Amino acid sequence: MTEPGEAGALRGARLSLSAALWRRPWLKLALLLAAPVLAFAVVYLGALVSLFISAFWEVDAFTAQVIHHWTLDNFYNAQHTGLLQEKVYRDIAIRTLWMAAAVTLTDIVLAFPLAYFMARIASRRLRAVLFVAVLLPLWSSYLVRIYAWRTILAKDGALNWALNGVGLPDAGLAYTNTAMWIVFSYVWLPFMVLPVYAALERIPDSYFEASADLGGRAWRTFRSVIVPLALPGIAAGSIFTFSLTLGDFITPALVGGAGSNFIGNIVEEQIGQPNVPFAAAFATVPVLVMAVYIAVARRLGAFEAL
Amino acid sequence: MNRARRRYLAWAVFALLTGALAVAAAGCGGSSKSSKSTTTSGPSSIGKGEGALNLIEWPYYSDPKFANKFEQQTGCRIHRKDAGSSNQMVALMRAGGGGGGGQWDLVSASGDASLRLIRGGDVKQVNVGLIPSWNDFIPIFKSPAHNTVDGKHYGVSLQWGPNVLLYNTTKIKPGPTSWTALYDPKYKGQITIPNNPIQIADAAFYLMHSQPDLGIKDPYELNKKQFDATISALKQQRKLVKLYWNYDTDGRAAFANGDVSLGAIWPVDTLALQAKGVPVKEVIPSVGATGWADTWMLAKKAPHPNCAYLWMKYVTQPQVEAQQALIFGETPVNPKACPFMNKIEAGSCAKYHLNEPLNYYDTIKFWKTPIADCGDGKNDCMNYNAWQTAWTQVTG
Repeated sequence: MTEPGEAGALRGARLSLSAALWRRPWLKLALLLAAPVLAFAVVYLGALVSLFISAFWEVDAFTAQVIHHWTLDNFYNAQHTGLLQEKVYRDIAIRTLWMAAAVTLTDIVLAFPLAYFMARIASRRLRAVLFVAVLLPLWSSYLVRIYAWRTILAKDGALNWALNGVGLPDAGLAYTNTAMWIVFSYVWLPFMVLPVYAALERIPDSYFEASADLGGRAWRTFRSVIVPLALPGIAAGSIFTFSLTLGDFITPALVGGAGSNFIGNIVEEQIGQPNVPFAAAFATVPVLVMAVYIAVARRLGAFEAL
Repeated sequence: MNRARRRYLAWAVFALLTGALAVAAAGCGGSSKSSKSTTTSGPSSIGKGEGALNLIEWPYYSDPKFANKFEQQTGCRIHRKDAGSSNQMVALMRAGGGGGGGQWDLVSASGDASLRLIRGGDVKQVNVGLIPSWNDFIPIFKSPAHNTVDGKHYGVSLQWGPNVLLYNTTKIKPGPTSWTALYDPKYKGQITIPNNPIQIADAAFYLMHSQPDLGIKDPYELNKKQFDATISALKQQRKLVKLYWNYDTDGRAAFANGDVSLGAIWPVDTLALQAKGVPVKEVIPSVGATGWADTWMLAKKAPHPNCAYLWMKYVTQPQVEAQQALIFGETPVNPKACPFMNKIEAGSCAKYHLNEPLNYYDTIKFWKTPIADCGDGKNDCMNYNAWQTAWTQVTG
């Protein structure tokens, strides 16, 4: 127990503090936001900023130490080995983007009917079961799921065993870009299902009735009512599937064959070489692509569905 | 929110961002200074252990089967970080401002990483006088080019192994006897090759014998013409390759699952596959092979140097070398390990070529980081940067 006088003094201090905060509302806001903003600015943006600054540095060819003088050599240089000059880097960037787009499209096609069924048709009980089923893969490590696919697609794996069982030849999918496409579409599917589900669930039943009253058949309702209202959800989901594929390097390393490098694989190689400036320079490509992508997605209303 | 408040907030955010930039720039600036100090020749005696030892190692390089005894004897508790590739080892040593970042004591670097670490100033000189077994080493491992520069030792050699030609005995008949098999269109879609720029040396080694007019003397020292010829051979090979393995366990899995039946890999993988009952056999063609030799290298900012020296002293002893060799499937650099190997597994000393005469080592071309200076004073060799870029072009 404290002395009455001391308690009084403490109470006084507390009162004057709260009065001071009441008089200066901005101070209250600043105190409240200081920690998250500091974490965001220093930890989050600081790391990114330091990476991109180093994109304009270079390494000493002999010691492989970073030299801190400004240069565009990583992008364009006299030896024709810059990012913008060397054909292989262009091929790799295009492969990465193309795969991200293919995976996103595949996931939209797979997720939409599933999300529609979950949101509008399934009973409560079945919906819960389907939710668990969609999220179940996320309970295990991403790496484990990739290895599982490698075992399935291997020459002596489950897929070929099943095909041979019904008299078909080997699929020959192991270590190909098709294998990467399958694995990516699988691992990122839940990230598409959930936002599309959220968008579809929000459509009021009355809209369907209104469409029917106006003579809209199933296809017309789908085209003019469901798709426009689901679009923000699809755009939101596509941000996940597109950016997650764009930044990945593990799937290409584990299930890709010859000629399957992604931007991430080159970044990893260059960091180890070690040539961090070049890695940073290549890492700007996905950031720029995502900036454009998010600007487009925002126009489609993606951020209203998150 | 009124305008005044909004301005306060804007200023606060601006100040924080500036602060973040300053911190980032200072962090980057700090790292450049760290490596400029000169190397010292190392201590004259080993002091008392600091109670801990932090290792960056190839998996099993501090296997508890022999490391536990070391921990009991010295009180140095081992904290290990397994690395999957040479690049990863270099990246770990470079993190936190280089020199091991004040976190790591030793790294078990292979020859394709060791010169990068030496030239980058990440490792420091080691007094080999404090490592008694060093005097017993096979002569070529006392001061090899991959860990000794200008007569200064940056670590002690440990073990080595060849890069072998592995094939599936049921699918490849008759078995290959030469590296030519890896360039033979007959085996299209069945081949696996390590995904590592140092693999260019394997192609150069192949051309050394198949195209002697190129004049390749050392597969790690290639001038522009030799390099271009090697890369074009590799681009042809790329059409035959099913998988460029990143970790040897991936190459192993491809053999085990039947995806590949021929490839370049390490003896440890042969042992693992044979133990699983996969019908594989390894060959070292009569012309020889490239090989890797590992070195325990001392980080420049090693926080526990005494424990590091105690460890280098411990693992180079014949008994421990023998134990490690048989756990990992590699060859000790200390020939006194021979009887201890045979005691653990009869005939293993000969199996791992520890009893070979000195001229045997002429057929093994040990990994070393390529540099521009090929010893002829002309600086016209392709450096590791060029190797890395070319390798990316080959693998796509």
